[in-house]
This record gives sequence, structure tokens and C-alpha cells, in this order.
Amino acid sequence: MSHHKVRITVNGTAGEDEVEARQLLVHYLRETRALTGTHVGCDTSNCGACTVMVDGRTVKSCTVLTVTADGTDVLTVEGLDEEGEMSPVQKGFQACHGLQCGYCTPGMVMSATGLLLEQPDPDDDAIREGIEGNLCRCTGYDMIVDSVRWAAAHGGAGTAATAHAAHAEGS
Amino acid sequence: MVGASVVRKEDPALLTGRGTFVDDIRLPGTVHMVFVRSYLAHARIVSIDTAEAARLPGVLGVWTHADLEGLPATRSVPGMERPCLATGKVHFVGEPVAVVVATDRYLAADAAEAVVVEYEELPVMASIAAATAEGATPILDGLPSNVVLEQQLSATDAEAELAAAPHRLAFALVNQRCAAVPMEPTVCLSDWQSSGLTIWGTSQTPHHMRNEIAQMFGLSQQEVRFVAPDVGGGFGAKASFYPEFLLTAELSRRLRRPVKYVETRSENMTSMVHGRAQQHDVEVGFDDEGRLLALRVRITQDCGGWPDATGIGLPTLTSFMSGGCYRIPTIAPSFRSVVTNTTPVGSYRGAGRPEASYMIERVVDHVAAELGMDPLEVRRANFVQPGEMPYATQFEGIVYDEADFPGCLDKLLEHVDYEALRTEQAALRNDPEAPLLGIGFSTFVEMGGFGPTPLFEQFGYVGGWESANVRLNVDGSAVIKVGTSPHGQGHQTAFAQIVADQLSVPFERITLIHGDTATVQEGIGTMGSRGVPVGGSAVFKAANKVRDKAIRIAAHMLEADESDIELADGRFSVRGAPQQGVDMAEVAVRAFKPHLLPDGFDLGLDETAFHEPSNLSYPSGAHCCVVEIDRGTGKVRIRRYVAVDDCGTVINPLMAKGQIHGGVAQGIAQALIEEVTYGADGQPGAGTLVDYTLPSSKDLPRYETDHVVTPTSFNPLGAKGLGESGATAAPQAVVNAVVDAMGHLGVRTIDMPCTPQKVWRTLNAALASQSESAHQNGS
Ligand code: FES
Ligand code: FES
Repeated sequence: MSHHKVRITVNGTAGEDEVEARQLLVHYLRETRALTGTHVGCDTSNCGACTVMVDGRTVKSCTVLTVTADGTDVLTVEGLDEEGEMSPVQKGFQACHGLQCGYCTPGMVMSATGLLLEQPDPDDDAIREGIEGNLCRCTGYDMIVDSVRWAAAHGGAGTAATAHAAHAEGS
Repeated sequence: MVGASVVRKEDPALLTGRGTFVDDIRLPGTVHMVFVRSYLAHARIVSIDTAEAARLPGVLGVWTHADLEGLPATRSVPGMERPCLATGKVHFVGEPVAVVVATDRYLAADAAEAVVVEYEELPVMASIAAATAEGATPILDGLPSNVVLEQQLSATDAEAELAAAPHRLAFALVNQRCAAVPMEPTVCLSDWQSSGLTIWGTSQTPHHMRNEIAQMFGLSQQEVRFVAPDVGGGFGAKASFYPEFLLTAELSRRLRRPVKYVETRSENMTSMVHGRAQQHDVEVGFDDEGRLLALRVRITQDCGGWPDATGIGLPTLTSFMSGGCYRIPTIAPSFRSVVTNTTPVGSYRGAGRPEASYMIERVVDHVAAELGMDPLEVRRANFVQPGEMPYATQFEGIVYDEADFPGCLDKLLEHVDYEALRTEQAALRNDPEAPLLGIGFSTFVEMGGFGPTPLFEQFGYVGGWESANVRLNVDGSAVIKVGTSPHGQGHQTAFAQIVADQLSVPFERITLIHGDTATVQEGIGTMGSRGVPVGGSAVFKAANKVRDKAIRIAAHMLEADESDIELADGRFSVRGAPQQGVDMAEVAVRAFKPHLLPDGFDLGLDETAFHEPSNLSYPSGAHCCVVEIDRGTGKVRIRRYVAVDDCGTVINPLMAKGQIHGGVAQGIAQALIEEVTYGADGQPGAGTLVDYTLPSSKDLPRYETDHVVTPTSFNPLGAKGLGESGATAAPQAVVNAVVDAMGHLGVRTIDMPCTPQKVWRTLNAALASQSESAHQNGS
């Protein structure tokens, strides 16, 4: 198995690592960068637990080979904090009880954040559409929809994600 | 604070990616275990060649059952214990045959691919029909057939009563096999050191796992520590014991390194226990008014390839609950458990009760259709009335607690304009372009608050009680330790609410420790909706013990009589003299000053309590589902879903709503979407999330919820539990609605899941037979 050098910025921190050609980005983030907030829930890109933002766009990191993410800027759930404060989306999930076991949650929060970057004021249908690729087995989704609507009314995607997206746009 | 919608304490960590799930735990030197699993459903193992795998880079070893001589089997019914790796034979696709350990998961997976297993195929029996056919090969060695357990749970088979009833109706129901699919699959990490063994695992029952493992290895319990940290959903399926717990432990012992196992989703789909998988043959006798006179249910439980300790008990629970919330003079349940070449079946959200609820709620709708009565009238004619509570069913020990079945239905109808819906339904039927409208009800009762000990022992647990310890620190903050181990239920928050009330300590200053056998002395676990009714009751009792002791200290400090001490806003004061008082922290400090307390006073404010429920609790409710069926495609759209639940005292309405939503979602999914299928060759038709469809945000409706509160007298909180209610109530509400939508065409039944194809076929068959009979009548 061939090895490759990659430079990936994660949550604002640059890193240079040697990775195996077949390594998935989700494993790179979890193992190499020790950011275990991003979860794995399936082998087939169906569940969305591994959703992160790469250069301003949400992707399922279990479908991305680390080598193809060379040179990118990645934002994970750990990067959404705003000086120790949760982002509006994170706060919305707490306020509206949008999580139970919390396993799908990091991916769900990233998808919701991505949705609010694109559509700052989505209606319920748009929210359901926006998180359709993220499966949650605990909540039945209703309160997740409420959470995202709450976030839209209280600051949207948040400053960290907005800055990340703007940076990606600019580069 | 009990009754307040406080937001959860557990959320910030989970929302910022700083929760701790098992796979997040990093121990230096950890190596990775990967299974070699059977790709055949039934076969004799001729040989296993591990030589090439063992030579691959990074590989530390490859083991088969023969290399692990003496490793014990998993507890089950005597004679049906499952070995941790297949010995001689495989029973289902996905059964582990060998294990590989390597320095990294990718290398371990490579090596597992290189293990060559030679099989000799045996006849596959992947269904109940095949496993019980004449001349079927027994799957379990040493047994004469695949029917492993048969029981009649009543004195009569009700034949006489059925024959005497004015009307008699027989039909068959299928409660299809479902998968729990917690978003986090099974993961474990074992670290065997000279001081003992520590296992971090995805489990609902850490103490039970500790006990099993200690016994299997002949270790004392203090040498085994089982930790269930954050667990990503369990739904009953994480209450079972899995071979990986034992194998990672054994290999850690041999390799002297921590060994981790992380299941892939496709492994999870064939390896984690499935749920439901029952067939029912039902006969009901009734009179002209729709009163149910006799009910006979013959249940066939598909156990899968190895009978699971809990799975084998499922039809008993179904039998106990077969009367639902109705007064039926004679109920005759019996069951047989059948082994098949499929994944083992165990508990899944509601475990045995949703099956009963589905059956009896389909029965009342069948009776209504037969008599041309309204389904609500049949329900009303049969409800056990509130004045009859507690209601002793014919099954010993099954006594329904306080409930108001008709009251739940009335409350439901406050939300649903039933007459308007029926009018609309009739109008839409006449418009060939419009969808068909269906209205379905479910008035249900189920079991929660699992215990008491004699019942729970049967499932292999030490007891049916739960334990809690409450400790007041010297600064007046509090720590709770509980034996229940949550996986999304919000125990941190709910239990802190209970203690905040009892001790008048601010909610923010209370923390919870759970899921670690090194810190929590004893516990049973979280399943059977026992978190609040049993765990919460133990917390309540422990907090009260602390409170009583604190009052004694305060009385001493204030030189007052104990009976005159009042506790409010964290301050103890003397009744009638509110200026005279001491606060909680002062009392807590004093608890450690022997020279300032009466002689012989037991120091500290640290109390443990157990709660043994004297009975199960019986959550109940009434749900209504309104569906629209597209005539062209057969697609069922849920237009409204209204749930009225009676779970007794509600600790936190926000979390209660969440639990109802989640359960209803799983129930709707069972009714419309989910099914684990097998080919005749035992190959799973649902091995990934591509072919096993979980509902997404677009597949599910908004839910409307409300409560009737009838506190149970069987525990001090009055809480009945509600984790399983939604999954128990929803399937029949949906299916009754689907059948109702086509009722005018003579449709009486449809099996779950009501997929568009199945509904479309049912609809068109009904239309065809209708036009045929119209044709015959006309000619
Ligand atoms: S783990 Fe990436 S989509 Fe499921
Ligand atoms: S909160 Fe458990 S899977 Fe979504």
C-alpha cells in the first residue's frame, strides 16, 4: 500500500502527515488528528454521522480518501465553538432537545450548519430536505427540525462556520 | 424541578464532539481485532487455514475455536449455549468463525480476508416454515427438532368458549423481523492487566456484563471492571452479551495489550440481535355488541441461529399482554420457539409487548369490520374501566396498575375531529383523483419499570431492583451514582431533577456517575423502561435518606426538634422562626465534625438505597394516525400522528416528548418501511443501510403529543416509564389506518411493512374483485 504526504488544515490548525492511500478521511480525523467528534455509523455513506465541512461544503468523510483532501481546509464539530461558547446550531439542539444518545449529533450539527450557510431561513420542508442524508435513530427528527429553526432565528450557521466558508470561497 | 422542561446536562459534551464513546478511547499499544465471519447460513466447517493470514504485516495472531480451548459459551437455555467462535458448524450468515488481531484495523481486515475456511454446506432453513417442515434437519446439535421450546400459558385452549360465542373469527398476523440499528454499532476495548480486566463496551447493562465475564473467566468481580461510557443508542439490542466482549478480553490476556473491536455496519446488521420475528394465529369469539368473549393466540417465535437469553423470553411477554386494555373473559395464549438459520433474535424496543399490542389492536379492528361497527365503539365496549384498577389479569403477577384507558381515548379525541375526518374520508372515496384517507387507532397498554426480581431473574439478571447512591459534598454540591446505564435517555438530567427537589440543592450542582462497575457498586441496567420508575425511585429513596440525616444534623445545630426543621431553597430553618437557620453546605461540613455532633453519630452524608418494584408498571395511551394512500403508487403518507400517553408522573416533559417521538418513529418505520429479510439460502436481504431502509427526516411526519397523568402507586415517584410506549403503540395505529383506507373495498388485512408495492397490490386486488363481483351481479 502506497503512502502519501498530505497537508490538511483542520479547525484552523495546519498538519502535515504521511497517510496510506486507502485511508478514509474520517479515520484520518479520528486517528491521526485525534478529533473523535466525527463519528462512523455505516460503511455505505448512508448515515451522515461522519459529516464534516471541507472547503466550506459538507461532505461525508467516510467517502473521502484522505489523499484527495490534500490541501483542503476541514471544519469538524470541534471547530464550531466560538471562544468556548457553542454555536447557534449547537445551542439550538440543546434548547429544543434535538439529540438523545448524541451519536448522530456531530454529523447532524454539521449538516444543519451547512444548510444554514446556504439557506439562512429554511422552512420545515427545506430543513427536512437539508438533513435527509443524516440518520438519527433516537429522536424521530421532529425536534431536530425545531432545533435548526431555532438556530436560524438565533444567529444561523455561526461565526466559525461562516468564516470557514468565506475563507474557502476566497482561496 | 420534577415536571419542569429543563434542557439536558449531557448535551454540551455531545454537541461539541467531546463525548466519550468506546471507539474514542485511546490506550497506548492498542491492537485491533477483526472477525472472519461465515458467508454461509448453515454449514459444517471442514477446515480453517490461517497460515497466510498469520504471515501478513502487522498481524499478531489468528485464532479459531480450537485455539481457544476452554473459552466458555454464552449463557442461554441449558443445552443451547452459544460458543464465542463457531465450533464445527455455522448457524447463520455472519456468525464469527475466526479472529485476527493486527496493529491497525486496515491490516487486520486484510488478514481476515486471507483466512480460508472450507465448508460443507448443510440444508438451510431460513424461515419458520422451513425449520419446522417435515424432516427438517435440527440446527442445534443434540436436539430432536428446531422447535426448542413449547408452552401453553393458560389452563384452557378456549375452544369451548370460542365455539359458544355468537361470532368467531380466525386470522394470521406477522410481526416482521426488525433490526434495532443503533447509530453506534457494537464496540469494545479490553485491557487485561495483572491487576485485573477492564472492558469498555457498548452495553446497556454493565454490571450484568461484569458478572457474566467474571464468571466465565473464573475471576472475582472486583477483578473485572466494565465501563459503558457514552453509548450511541441501544434499543434493547445492547442488553445482550456478544462474543466480542469475551474474545477481546481473552486476546488481551494472551497478547498483554489492549485489544479493540469495532463492528462495521454490515457486520452489525447480521451480528447484533434482531427483534420481533413472530407469527400469530389468532381466533377471537365475540357477541353482537362487539364484546370480546374469548381469545386464542398461537405465537411462533423465530429465535434465529442461537436462542438468546432474553430472546427466548419474548413470547412469554407477548402472551402476558395479549389481552391489551380489554376485559376478555378467556384468553388462551401458547407459543413455540423455533431455531432458524438466521441472526439470533433478542430484545428490541418493547421486546415482546409491541407484538401483543399489535395483535390485540388488529383484533378489535377486525371485529369492528366484521360487525360493521365503528372501531372506537368496539374499544369502548371492552375497556377495563378506571374503577377496576388495579386490574389482575388472568396471568399470575400481571396486575395492571392505575390507568384510565377510556380517559386516554377521550383526551385523544379532543385533538382529533373524528366526525370531520370520517366525512372527508367518504368524500375522498368518491373522487378517483384524490388519495384514499384512512384513520387508525391504537389504545394500548404495555409493561414498564421492569422488575420485580422473580420475573427479572428469568432473563438472567441478578435482580429486578435498581440501586442508587447520593452523596452530599462538603460544599453542599451532590453526586449521584446509579445502576441504570443510559444510552440517550437523559438520566443525568432526570435524576438531578429528582435530587434537586428532595435535597433542595441547585440542579447545576448535581452530577451523575453511571455505567462503571468500579464506581457504582451494583446495578441491573437500562431496559424495559426501568430508568425512571426503578432507577429514579432508587435515587429518590437515597436522596431521602440523605435528607433525613441532614435534618438530624440541622436540628442538632439549631438546637431544635427534628420535626420542626424545614428545608427550602437550600436552607434548613426552624418552623415558625425562619431567621434561625443553616444552609446545606454548613450542614454538609458539620456531617464530618464528630466533636460537634452527638456521640456515635455516623459521619458523612452518603446514602445508598435500592428500589425493588413490587410490580411492573403499565404505561398506556391512545394514538391516532391519519394516512393518505396514493391510488396510483400505493404510497402511504402520514398526514397526522397524535399520541396521548399515560406514563404516570412526567419528570421532564421535554425529554418525555423526545422519548415518545423516537418510539413512535420506530413504530411507524416498522409499519411502513423496515424488514429484515432472508433468501431461502439464508443470505440476508438487508445487510447494510442501503438495503435496510431506516426512515429519514423526509419519511416521518410531525408528531402531536399530550398526556393523561395517572400516577402509579407501585413506586414513590408515580412514574411508569415511556421509552417503549411509542414503538408499542404506533405500528397498529398506522396499519389500522392503512386497512381503514381500503376498508370500503373489503380489505381486512395487510402485513407489515406496508410498502407502496404491497399497498398498491392489495388495493388493486380489492378493486379487481369488486369489479368482478359487480360484473357477476350485473350479468
Ligand atoms: S459513516 Fe459516513 S455516512 Fe455513515
Ligand atoms: S441522537 Fe441517537 S442517533 Fe441521533
